[in-house]
Amino acid sequence: MGQIEVMNVRKVYRRDRFEVPVLDGLTLSVDEGEFVALMGPSGSGKTTLLNLIGGIDQPTSGSIQVEHVDTARLSSKDLAKWRSRNVGFIFQLYNLMPVLTAQQNVELPLLLVKGMNGKERKERAKHALDIVGLGERADHYPRQLSGGQEQRVAIARAIVTDPRLILADEPTGDLDKSAADEILELLAKLNSDFRKTIVMVTHDPHAAQKAHRLVHLDKGVLSTAGA
Amino acid sequence: MALLGMVWTNLMRNKLRTILTWLSVFVALFLFVLLHGITDTLTESTKVGSERRLVTRNKISLVFPLPLSQYEKIKSMPGVAAVTWSNWFGGTDPVKPNDFYARFAVDGKTYFPMYASDAYIVQASPANGATSPSGVDPKLAAFFADRTACVVGEKLFLSHKWKLGQTIHLTGTIYPGAWPFVIRAVYRSKVRAFGEETMFFHWDYLYERSNRQAQVGIYTFSPADPSQAAAIGKRVDAMFENSEAATHTETERAFSAGFVSMWGNIPFVIRVIGLAVAFSIFLVAAVTMMMAIRERTNEFAVLKTLGFEDGAIFAVVLLEAGVLTLSAGLAGSLLAKFLLEKSGLPLPGFSTMIVHWETVALGLGLAVLMGLVSGILPAWQASRLRIVDALRKVG
Repeated sequence: MGQIEVMNVRKVYRRDRFEVPVLDGLTLSVDEGEFVALMGPSGSGKTTLLNLIGGIDQPTSGSIQVEHVDTARLSSKDLAKWRSRNVGFIFQLYNLMPVLTAQQNVELPLLLVKGMNGKERKERAKHALDIVGLGERADHYPRQLSGGQEQRVAIARAIVTDPRLILADEPTGDLDKSAADEILELLAKLNSDFRKTIVMVTHDPHAAQKAHRLVHLDKGVLSTAGA
Repeated sequence: MALLGMVWTNLMRNKLRTILTWLSVFVALFLFVLLHGITDTLTESTKVGSERRLVTRNKISLVFPLPLSQYEKIKSMPGVAAVTWSNWFGGTDPVKPNDFYARFAVDGKTYFPMYASDAYIVQASPANGATSPSGVDPKLAAFFADRTACVVGEKLFLSHKWKLGQTIHLTGTIYPGAWPFVIRAVYRSKVRAFGEETMFFHWDYLYERSNRQAQVGIYTFSPADPSQAAAIGKRVDAMFENSEAATHTETERAFSAGFVSMWGNIPFVIRVIGLAVAFSIFLVAAVTMMMAIRERTNEFAVLKTLGFEDGAIFAVVLLEAGVLTLSAGLAGSLLAKFLLEKSGLPLPGFSTMIVHWETVALGLGLAVLMGLVSGILPAWQASRLRIVDALRKVG
C-alpha cells in the first residue's frame, strides 16, 4: 500500500444549477519517497486532485488515504491539524504574507506546534531558510525578493514542520527558466536527501522530467502514467 | 511571532487606513463621552445642595427678589435652626467678558457656617488683629474686616492665577457700575458638587453700592429637625402667602434640580446625538473592516491551508477589530473626560463639568461593542472561507 491511496475518487463542483464533474472515478497510488508529476491540460483536474490529497477539499465520492488516514472522514478541525503536521504546500504564486519577513513567513506553520517557544521557532525557521539557501535574506520582505527567492521561502515554509509529504502546484509556473531550474533542483534535493514524497502539478514537460513518475490527467481521468 | 504579533502586523499593513479608522472611532467615542459628560454635569447638578436645607424664593419666579424683612420672620419661626441669604450678582469681567463664573452676594456671618460641611478655607489673608464673627471660621477674619472682600473657589483662584490681596474688577450687569473686589480667602470644596469656581462677597457691599436697592435672591435655612423640613417649608410659604412677596420653599436639592429642568429634553437630545454619531462611525468602521478582510481573502486561505483552524482565523480578525476600536475608544473617552474636567470648558450656569467614570466605561463598552459588531461578520466570513474557492484556482 502506497503512502497516498486515491481510490475511485469522484469530484463534482456545483456552479449555480450546473454540476461540473472534475474528477471521474480516479484511482492513484503514490509510494513514500516518490516524486510524482501531474500533467494535463487546463481543467483536467490536476489541482483538484492535489487539493484532495492535501485535505483542503473533499471528494464527492471515493476515498483518499494518506499514511492510512482517510482524510475524507476527518472533521474540518481535525483536517486542519492533520494538514499542519503532515503536508507542506507550495503554490504557483508563492502566497507569502506580504507584511511578514521571510523568517516570519517560515515561522507561521510553527505557531501551530504546541510547546514550541519563540526561540525554537526562530531557529527552526532559520534552518529551513538555510536549506533553501536564503539564510541571509531572513529579514527581507517578499517585495524585496525575486520570484525565485520568494518561491524558495515558500518551500522553506513548506518543509519547516518536517512533513513527509510536499504538494506543489505549478511551483515554477511564474518563474523564468533559471529560477525554475533552481526550484526544481531544490525539490529534487528535498526528495533525494530528505526523503520527502513530492506530488507536483506542472504544465512544463521540462519540470516534469525531474519527477520519478509522470501522471497524465485528461477530463478527470488518468490517461497515462509512466516512470 | 505569536498571534497577537500577527494582529499588530496586519493592522500596520495599511497604516493610513488604520490611522483613519482609528481616528474615526476616536472622534466618535470622544464626542459620545463629551456629550454624555454634559448630561452627567446636568445630572450631577441636581445633586447639588442638601435635602436637609430648604430654599425659599419668590413664588412668581427666581428672577424676582424677596425683601430682607422676611429674614427675621423665618429665623424666628419655631423649628428653624439657622437662616442665611444670598443674591445672584451676575457681572462680567471688563477685560474678558466671556470669562464666566458664578458670583454671589452673601451674608457671610450666616452663609459660611451654613456651608461649613460643604467647603472650608484653605488660604486667607492675614487677620491683622481682625476677628471673625462668632461661629465663623477664624481664617475669614480678613474677609470680614474688608467690605470689598471676596472669597473664591480654589479652582477659580488657580486657573486665573490670582493672588491673595489682589483686586479684581467686574462690571455690574444687574447692578450697573464698576465693582472692585479684593480676594481675601480661598475655599476648597469637601463635596465635589459644591464646586470650586464660585465667588462670594458681602451682601452689605452690594446693598450699599446699589443705593440700597439690592434685596434678597433666596433664603436658605436648615430646620432643627430635618424630618420636619416639608412642614416648616409649608409654614414659611403660608406665612408670606398674602404678603407683597409670596414665597415658594423647597429643598435645596429640588431647587438645584429646577435649573436642570429648564433644559427640558435637551439631555435626551444630546444622548441621541451621541449615539447617532457613534452609530454612524460604527458603520464606517464595519465597512472598513470588511474591505480590509476581503483584500486578504487569499491570505486567510493560505493560513487555513497551513493548518490554522477556523477559530484561530476568527480570533485574529476579531482581535484586529477589537484592538483598533478599544484603543481608539479608550483614548477618545479619556481625552473627553480630561478635557471637560481639567481644561475648564464652561457650561454656562454650571460651575463644574463632570464626566462620570461610568460614562467612560459606557464609552469603552460601546467601543468593545463596535469592535465586536464590526469584526464579527468579517471574522465569520474569513473563518468560513472555503480554501479552494479563496485560492481561486481550479486546474
